[in-house]
Amino acid sequence: MMKWYRALRGLSGAAHRALPGRHAVLHRCSFSTSAAARKDFFQDLENQFKAFREKATAAMPGSDWSPIQVTKGLPPERADIVIVGGGVMGWSVAYWLKRKERVRDGVRVLVVEKDPTYSQASSVLSCGGIRQQFSLKENILLSLASADFMKNINDHLAVVNEDPVDLQFNHSGYLFLASQDEAHIMEENYVTQRDLGAKVTLLSPTQVKERFPWINTDGVVLASYGLENEGWFDPWTLLNAFRCKAMSMGVYQCFGEVTGFRCSSQKAETMDGDPVNIKRIKYVDVRMPNSLEYQPVECAVVVNAAGASSGKIADMLGIGQGPKQTMAGIPLPVEPRKRYVYVVHCPDGPGLECPFLVDYSGFYVRREGLGGNYITGMSPEETEEPDVTNLEVDHEYFHHKVWPVLCHRAPPFQCLKVSGAWAGYYDYNTFDQNAIVGMHPLVNNMFFATGFSGHGLQQSPAIGRAVAELILDGGFQTIDLSAFDFKRILYQEPILERNIV
Amino acid sequence: MAAPVLCQMRRRCPVVAYLSVVRREYASSPPSPPSLLNRFLFQLNQHFHDVEHLINWSSWLRSRVVRRKNVFYGYTQKRFGVNVAAAYYILGLGGGFRFAGQSEWFRPDSRGKFSYDFINTPNSTIEEIDLSGTLINHVGLENIVSQNELRSLSLQGCPEVDDWFLARLHVFGESLQRLDLSHCPRITVGGLAALQHLRKLRRLDVSSLPRLQNPGLVRILLEEMLPHCKVIGADYEQGLFRTDNIEEAEPVRHK
Repeated sequence: MMKWYRALRGLSGAAHRALPGRHAVLHRCSFSTSAAARKDFFQDLENQFKAFREKATAAMPGSDWSPIQVTKGLPPERADIVIVGGGVMGWSVAYWLKRKERVRDGVRVLVVEKDPTYSQASSVLSCGGIRQQFSLKENILLSLASADFMKNINDHLAVVNEDPVDLQFNHSGYLFLASQDEAHIMEENYVTQRDLGAKVTLLSPTQVKERFPWINTDGVVLASYGLENEGWFDPWTLLNAFRCKAMSMGVYQCFGEVTGFRCSSQKAETMDGDPVNIKRIKYVDVRMPNSLEYQPVECAVVVNAAGASSGKIADMLGIGQGPKQTMAGIPLPVEPRKRYVYVVHCPDGPGLECPFLVDYSGFYVRREGLGGNYITGMSPEETEEPDVTNLEVDHEYFHHKVWPVLCHRAPPFQCLKVSGAWAGYYDYNTFDQNAIVGMHPLVNNMFFATGFSGHGLQQSPAIGRAVAELILDGGFQTIDLSAFDFKRILYQEPILERNIV
Repeated sequence: MAAPVLCQMRRRCPVVAYLSVVRREYASSPPSPPSLLNRFLFQLNQHFHDVEHLINWSSWLRSRVVRRKNVFYGYTQKRFGVNVAAAYYILGLGGGFRFAGQSEWFRPDSRGKFSYDFINTPNSTIEEIDLSGTLINHVGLENIVSQNELRSLSLQGCPEVDDWFLARLHVFGESLQRLDLSHCPRITVGGLAALQHLRKLRRLDVSSLPRLQNPGLVRILLEEMLPHCKVIGADYEQGLFRTDNIEEAEPVRHK
């Protein structure tokens, strides 16, 4: 009897111990040597009962326990569209696919991203600028459409019960400076841009000096200034907004690396009678991080939005590994190129009126925040491309190459201090530095959305819509991007953009 | 986390316009605890997908009012001319204007009715516009961009005026002299940077912009950007956090 009584007391021991006074005193004043052991036993009993209760709830129907331990984070076994690459381009395509589906859960979209921290992703390491000052009609239209998207971004990407999306858009415009050699190109571009609706104006050197007295107009013959829809914004916010909205619409996200594809292939003949192998991707092998385990995802369409690693993905399919003179021998000409961005603090620098200044020598500088900080950088020469195996920053490059031109063009920057720097990859299209959007002729269900060479972020909303139209509607509906098709690489017909930063 | 779906009416601007703009605001005050209706909706949302769609529809219906107010008066422009169309648009929104060369203001009365006298003068351009408290946004601004002799524009307390609207104001770069942006809840520094195109601006009012973190610093930068312009509405000390005498100094815009 006494044992049962003590057991009962031990079970409700917590309540008793909470009560000050007599019971606590009794416990402390007990002289028996086995009291401590008995207390442990009853305490343990309490824990044992609690564990038993938890196990019982897990065993009851309605809990998610299963005896087969499934690895967390595996992608689904089947998906309609697999998007390789979880940067701003991949999530933009995922969002537009879900937005254009006619029925609820009409397409199952899976986005595969290899790095959950986005430490090397080009999207988040970008300077975040958007401009309409291009020479190609398609680029201008894409930027205009993306600016329109960002104007009404909360109509598109707001999630119920979450904060409104705030891109921190600075409407300061881009100012391009041209020397004697490029002035006529700038004038032709200006005509194209105005025809398509971009709000750009040309300035003479005196007008530049009057608007921006801190610019040294030596050697500047003409300048082009964007009045509207141009500036810079926060790329991480845009990426997150796309991601949150897409996931709220039901897109599956998987952190893993694509290590291979399983395809079926058919023999066919070209018009000239040459035999070709037409491949069709059946499975995408997604390997889990830090593990050898992989999941083959059966899919209908694959979108290659892998940015700087797009070339590797294309190699896995054998694009570029056929005989040299055939279609199969031409690889995807996208490779990573490292670019440095330096954050400098200059107390005498220009204030709110500082635009995104791009000089003809290739360097750029823009204001960052309100505290006299600026972001600057320069594209290196073709022969001096830095090593792309890591993202280490070369500070000598700033001192020897960037700072002299910066000081020459903007004398207030002579007194500055480099407070930080980072490096990021361009998914550089070595063929003609323009996007590659479209299907590959030899792999029937792979779509490309890559090769943007530094202007991917600003075109991402519009490219996402274009790729979604291509997949779901069979052709471009709003902006015709047939000029960006992969075929131009097979026919060796580059479309050059004359305004690369 | 469950922030209110319906916004609260701002006490500073008693204009009726706010009743029709019911959505999550960029409020500077901390979110109040959700009401019973909001808590109920949140619980329902956890169980049913359709609640989200219903809430989306309701916010779409509410934004329909704004869209209807800011439609482009293309037919009016073609039929009566750009000046009459701009005048009609302004009066339809509930604002007032004054033609160049005249001294009387055209305004709707308290019930929203206005006289159509402005049709008789299709060639007179508008010199001053008062759009305080109206629902104008960057789409509706297209109706007014033709008025290239505009001298004064008042946008006090407009809930839909945002940075993209300010970026479009560059069309008035040669004529605008006075601009009032006080109490606009959506304007940030990024939009104020776009005011550099207004070289003739002489008076700029930036008081009570809730999304400005450092009004004093922004005032200094604006004065540097527009040297001939007088910027009012922000003290130099606003936004500064004083580390000495913390008890007596209250940080005015400490967020």
